[in-house]
Amino acid sequence: MAKVMFKRPAALTDKQFHYCPGCTHGIIHRLVAEVIDEMGIRDHTVGVCPVGCSVFAYDYFNMDMFQAAHGRAPAVATGIKRTLPDRMVFTYQGDGDLASIGTAEIVHAAARGEKITTVFVNNAVYGMTGGQMAPTTLPGQKTTTTPKGREKEAAGLPVKISEMLSTLDGAVYVARVSVHDPKHITQAKKAIRKAFEVQQAGLGFSLVEVLSTCPTNWGLSPKESLKWLADNMLPYYPLGVYKEPAEVK
Amino acid sequence: MATVSFREDRCKGCELCITVCPEKIIVLADHINAMGFHPAAVVEMDKCKGCAMCARMCPDVVIEVVKEEKQA
Repeated sequence: MAKVMFKRPAALTDKQFHYCPGCTHGIIHRLVAEVIDEMGIRDHTVGVCPVGCSVFAYDYFNMDMFQAAHGRAPAVATGIKRTLPDRMVFTYQGDGDLASIGTAEIVHAAARGEKITTVFVNNAVYGMTGGQMAPTTLPGQKTTTTPKGREKEAAGLPVKISEMLSTLDGAVYVARVSVHDPKHITQAKKAIRKAFEVQQAGLGFSLVEVLSTCPTNWGLSPKESLKWLADNMLPYYPLGVYKEPAEVK
Repeated sequence: MATVSFREDRCKGCELCITVCPEKIIVLADHINAMGFHPAAVVEMDKCKGCAMCARMCPDVVIEVVKEEKQA
């Protein structure tokens, strides 16, 4: 008998992703969709999209979707969740959106313990606007606005979102994962599932930071980008669960 | 015995499937698709174990994997 080992999740529409070749946004979209399918929550899940490369994610997720102003996805998600508390509400945000213009929104959504889930995609650069330095850009990393590499004296050091948010009492589940190989992709999916389960149990705010690649703006091939992530981002952004409530352990 | 099928018109030729295939049986085809990319394809399908690593790594959800199970 034929067994389907892998097929496109129903929580994704059939629309083709607009992302550059090898961009791991597509993998992260798929993981979120697979978790939603496996939990059987698609008919009462609402997603909120950011501004950035994933601005069109509302076309890719096959469920109710919102499009927020730059950085404001957690505020919009707060409104949705408080109005419709039986819905599962998630935001999907990049590092330019969440860690820069949207820092106030994410910090206070976490501090208030809003019962929403955030999928935070960190690729250490502004993708859509042309590869400028992001708050998450690594020291020494070359971008279009740091052509000699990010210098501490002029541009400071990266913001470590998972570490920062895990200090807040309202944030009950915070984990950092990566998608640079199949093993880590499986771990990433488990973390996303846990984050949704935390919301389902009404425990508080949950966030999964996913380290991602940007072959185009890193100036590397997709394959080289995976290696660059493993060699450079993993030491600076350690993977792991930063906070986990006993209920879902 | 497993069968891997690629939605060739969706493939952007990023080669991530090729980097993770444990059997090393995926290659980029010589021809180009409508987007102008060389799409990925499996050359020796009989060597495929159906592990679906390629499909899990594919950023564009191009790949579907079906495995024939042995009759009990």
